[in-house]
Amino acid sequence: MSSVVLAGNVASAAALRARSEDRTAWLLAAPAIALLLLFVLLPVAAVIFLGFTDFELGYGKFRFVGFENYAHLLNDRTFRRSLWNTSVYTAMVAPVSIVLGLGVALLIEGEGRARGFFRTVYFLPVASLIVAMATVWQYIFHPTIGPLNALLSLAGIPGPNWLGASNTVLYSLSIIGIWQSVGFNMVLFLAGLTAIPRELYAAAHVDGAKSALDRFFLVTWPMLGPTTLFVVTISITNAVKVFETVKMLTDGGPNKASEVLLFTIYQEGFVYLRVGYASAMTVVFLAILVVLMLLQYRVLDRRVHYT
Amino acid sequence: MSSTAIPVGRIIRFALLSLGALMILAPYIFMISTAGKTQSDIFTSSLALIPQHFYFAENFAKAFAKVPMATLLWNGVVVCGLIFFFQVVVAIPCAYAMAKLKFRAARLMMVLVMLGLLVPIHATALPLYVAFDRMSLLNSYTSLVAPFTISVFAIFMFLQFFRAMPDDLLHAARLDGMSELGIVARVIVPNAWPAVTAFAIFSVVAHWNDLYWPLIVVSKQAYATPPLGLMYFRAAEAGDDYGALMAATLIITLPLVAAFLLAQKRFVEGITMTGLKG
Repeated sequence: MSSVVLAGNVASAAALRARSEDRTAWLLAAPAIALLLLFVLLPVAAVIFLGFTDFELGYGKFRFVGFENYAHLLNDRTFRRSLWNTSVYTAMVAPVSIVLGLGVALLIEGEGRARGFFRTVYFLPVASLIVAMATVWQYIFHPTIGPLNALLSLAGIPGPNWLGASNTVLYSLSIIGIWQSVGFNMVLFLAGLTAIPRELYAAAHVDGAKSALDRFFLVTWPMLGPTTLFVVTISITNAVKVFETVKMLTDGGPNKASEVLLFTIYQEGFVYLRVGYASAMTVVFLAILVVLMLLQYRVLDRRVHYT
Repeated sequence: MSSTAIPVGRIIRFALLSLGALMILAPYIFMISTAGKTQSDIFTSSLALIPQHFYFAENFAKAFAKVPMATLLWNGVVVCGLIFFFQVVVAIPCAYAMAKLKFRAARLMMVLVMLGLLVPIHATALPLYVAFDRMSLLNSYTSLVAPFTISVFAIFMFLQFFRAMPDDLLHAARLDGMSELGIVARVIVPNAWPAVTAFAIFSVVAHWNDLYWPLIVVSKQAYATPPLGLMYFRAAEAGDDYGALMAATLIITLPLVAAFLLAQKRFVEGITMTGLKG
């Protein structure tokens, strides 16, 4: 009998301790929870809500318009153009910067003495102010006084009006985007490469993988899987979020040829102050990010199940 | 493998890396070279890397005269410093509670953190802008800093770091009669130093470079951050005085690049550890 009482006391003491620990935890987490509600959850809810209204900054009243904004988006030529341009930009920047990043990482990994130097150089754009470097690129791309066209004319090629012509502007912006992200991807791949145990290469050698290419496909590529998935997702998300170079160099022009998603949202919401309509666009933007994340989990899942 | 294959392979590898490095460095080379050229130099000989007349002093003087460089850099330091300070002060206790305490809401918090990771400032900017406008807080440090005081990414990162910390350390501190807050301040924070520096690099790089949010909430030069100030300067100069523009660009790029060159190893570690940017 007494032992049962004792056990009960111990249990309630433990429960009491757990409860006090839970309370401390709540207190420690309280500022984070409050700020998370205030600056993330509430604004997201507000964006979804505003997307169903015709709210404009400066007008006091607004009314519910249901899916009108979304219906309008379907036929909005600027928005469609913007989605298309963002896709084209992403389709150029993400794959090229991933492949180049992997290539540079593999080359640097094998390099001996100059390794540190090259790593520093390739990583430099990540540490540089992109807005500042964009103005340098603008000078390089300048049709008449820019060094790039001067170089091309030496070879007898008439240089295009890189950032000023609607058929080349997206390519020019992509070059800047690739220049900026190769080093970032390289560093991530380098981290992935150093995590591969050396013995695997020795084992592959014994198993008859004699050439570097064999070893790459037998060991490096499969072992890099998680890193690659991560680099792919982050490259795509970053490319979808392109804004700085567009705002600095082209303002979406010429003729909306470089109008991209975030720039269009910025124009609608913060220049024309059509908050309701811009909110609907933002919801589309968020939906794209959600889909990208779900795809990433999907691939991760499959990897876990089948290997 | 033949004995000559190795040197040839090495030479090709070195050549490829050097070619790539040259392309990466080209903008920097042209930036420095153009910052030292006169207007006429820029118009006549864009490929000559060494200026005919050294015009560095004049171009830098022009940049300093037309842009309040000191204000911009100061604003950049204040905004990045405040953001980093609040992010760490808010995130560390929360991550500690989630990792080391019996916290019944830990699961729910994890869901919130994962959701938060998905939402960039671009998605929350519209309502935040409307709110700051209503409160007349546009053009202030508050509006520049407040939305970033919560970093779910910091919580996520510290959480993983704390989970790997041995529990014995905490038990010993509790036996010594330390409060939970005391443990956070005197046991957790000193031990979390590598994670804090890694996060510092990530946070400063992201916010020093950010143009989107400052562009939205700031319209006065007094509160402009470096990217915004450079944009104003470019607009005012109509973009054709490339000498002065490159000088301004050089000044604004230099702090972070210098920091990177001095603390390279930490930078690379920081970026790989955090694995995110912008």
